[in-house]
Amino acid sequence: MSGGVDSSTVAAMLRAEGRNVIGLTMQLWNQRRLAGHEGMPESVQGRCCSIDDVYDARRVAETLGIPYYVVNHEERFERDVVRPFVEEYLAGRTPIPCSLCNNHLKFDQLLVVARQIGADRIATGHYAQVVFDEPLGRWLLKRPADKSKDQTYFLFGLTQEQLSRTLFPLGGMTKPEVRELARKHNLVIAEKPDSQEICFVPGGDYKRFLEAYLTEQGELPAGISSKTIAGEMVTTDGKVIGEHAGVHNFTVGQRKGLGLATGSPLYVIQIKNDTRQVVVGKDEELYSRTLRARRVNLISTPELQEPMRVAVKIRHKHQPAPALIESAGPDEVRVTFDQPQRALTPGQAAVFYDGDIVVGGGWIENSAS
Amino acid sequence: MVRRVYLDNNATTPVLPEVLEAMRPYFGEHFGNASSIHRHGQETRAAVDRARESVAALLSCPASEVVFTSGGTEADNLAIFGVASPGDHIVTSTIEHHAVLNSCRHLEAHGCEITYVPVDSCGLVDPGDVKRALRSNTSLITIMLANNETGAVQSVEEIGKIAAEAGVYFHTDAVQAAGKIRVDVNKIGCDLLTISGHKFHGPQGVGALYVRKGTQLEPMLFGGRHERSRRAGTENVPGIVGLGKAAELAQTGFERGDDQAMSTGRGRLERELLKIEATGLNGEGAPRVPNTTNIYFDGIEGEALVIALDLKGLAVSTGAACSSGAIEPSHVLTAMGLRPDRAKASIRFSLGKQNSAEDIEFALATVPATVSRLRELSPVYRNLVSK
Repeated sequence: MSGGVDSSTVAAMLRAEGRNVIGLTMQLWNQRRLAGHEGMPESVQGRCCSIDDVYDARRVAETLGIPYYVVNHEERFERDVVRPFVEEYLAGRTPIPCSLCNNHLKFDQLLVVARQIGADRIATGHYAQVVFDEPLGRWLLKRPADKSKDQTYFLFGLTQEQLSRTLFPLGGMTKPEVRELARKHNLVIAEKPDSQEICFVPGGDYKRFLEAYLTEQGELPAGISSKTIAGEMVTTDGKVIGEHAGVHNFTVGQRKGLGLATGSPLYVIQIKNDTRQVVVGKDEELYSRTLRARRVNLISTPELQEPMRVAVKIRHKHQPAPALIESAGPDEVRVTFDQPQRALTPGQAAVFYDGDIVVGGGWIENSAS
Repeated sequence: MVRRVYLDNNATTPVLPEVLEAMRPYFGEHFGNASSIHRHGQETRAAVDRARESVAALLSCPASEVVFTSGGTEADNLAIFGVASPGDHIVTSTIEHHAVLNSCRHLEAHGCEITYVPVDSCGLVDPGDVKRALRSNTSLITIMLANNETGAVQSVEEIGKIAAEAGVYFHTDAVQAAGKIRVDVNKIGCDLLTISGHKFHGPQGVGALYVRKGTQLEPMLFGGRHERSRRAGTENVPGIVGLGKAAELAQTGFERGDDQAMSTGRGRLERELLKIEATGLNGEGAPRVPNTTNIYFDGIEGEALVIALDLKGLAVSTGAACSSGAIEPSHVLTAMGLRPDRAKASIRFSLGKQNSAEDIEFALATVPATVSRLRELSPVYRNLVSK
């Protein structure tokens, strides 16, 4: 229970069904931890893990008359989500912390705690559906009724064991319906605005967060613009046209903030981790047809024995594009799109869909073959 | 209906029925302000005086040396801030309650020097360390009497002698000792001593600071001349009456041998729980208050065990109540040299006067099975066992 509308309504729904419900809030990040570092706000309100949110979740649990506990997973969160998030950026990739959190915290640690305290399953406020397919003998992850709220992109890493112990009660509802239900249950948070940003990055300013975190860790004494991470801006044909203060400032497809004055618009085409070069070029150079996905998790099928026609989503807001996927080694899948796709971004996920069914997904390693 | 057994009496205790009865009139018919001249005031003044005498009897001191406060934290703060000035040096320990530790840290940031004396693996301060820590500008030694997490009782009498010889004020936080073991300010030789009502079956929101006559104590709250100008503010009469009654009951309890009975119950609980494999007693070898035991269960998360037990009706804790929600493992157990994973796998069981032998049996019927369940699902424990 995050203290938000979705998870609160889930608790209310399950309670109304007469289920034995236990409310848990994961304390994942101390929002005051980096306060006072340059550019970081002194206090953060209305954010995940803030005192206000725990207060809201507790009030909801009390209204519903369910037992409620806060479990502290800050250590694991830092190790499995925050650290990789920082390191991915420093390696020139664009990470998705929410997927890491789902894989390592919510559907791993939290599920363990839930089972330890005697619960058979966990229910969350994610917009997704989980169903057991008898003929296949597998648990399937499906897109929700409210396509605008679809969160399956962040859930591609769920294993069969995890799916078998998970309930997504909002899967068949729209957001307005959820709010209506929250009002009906007199939940104090019924009108609370949705959270959109990465929960531990105040104001969505990840660069400031990186700087504050690395400074706190003593890994960046001279400030992030120090020489150790600065590098060159080069064109696709290898011409040096400028300098940059760190690869973490860039993401593939980015146009703004390149600090280059040229006649035609330039975009980040590639970030080379080994040489710290940021490659820029024209928009059309951003398109490619193939990508390699690593650390693939398959859901609807145990393995890819032969190539499969699917639709592939390469970022949260991407319209899934028709493609062929085929096995390219253990835990690796090669994706070939029918049409070239813009800005395949290392660090993001490629999630494979068969209609509403999530076939699986993996982490985009590079756009090259 | 789930049976509920409460074994977290170091966090707080239930108010005994006699205490509640003693307090009741002071919420109703006896509502007067103890400072008032009229009859209403006289009634409550008399009640406050009687309570002060009961508390004085519990601590073996004159009633005039008892200052009522809003609780243990305020009494600790008053003792420390009331005595220390910028430029002073203070000696304390690494295992103090946060009411003492954070007061010292605050003073450290405002011109005082603090020495945090370590403890050994049993959780005991070596009085020799205290002595060696003294400097020419030391104004205060503040070392707790009994630890809230382990129950370990410090050698306060020795420390009292050291303080007296050096001419340094000695404060001891006796919040976890008062009502559990006999506390005599003259035997201890302290100048300041803190107690809290709700830790021994009195109400929350009331405590007291013993202040030896002649101690130069600056007040922290300014206003009227309450508590001999040492603590301004209209007296919390119902609370003070409750504290007095609790002190009186604690005193008669000692005469009846309550502490022995409690020690017997704790002994059974501890012996049986330590039969579970991969467990151990934290603070083994130290003299302890009779109600507390702190046990580690390797391979589990204490937090999960506390929740699982609560859902089965057994209330225990992972340590100081104030630590919950923090990432750091207990500062007390860490100071004793426990590995962080073991500190996090530690559970405190603390008994109160309301607990019966059946309560202990309930705990013994609940804990082992719950620990097994947690361990079955714990990857950490599987690794531990396979090693």
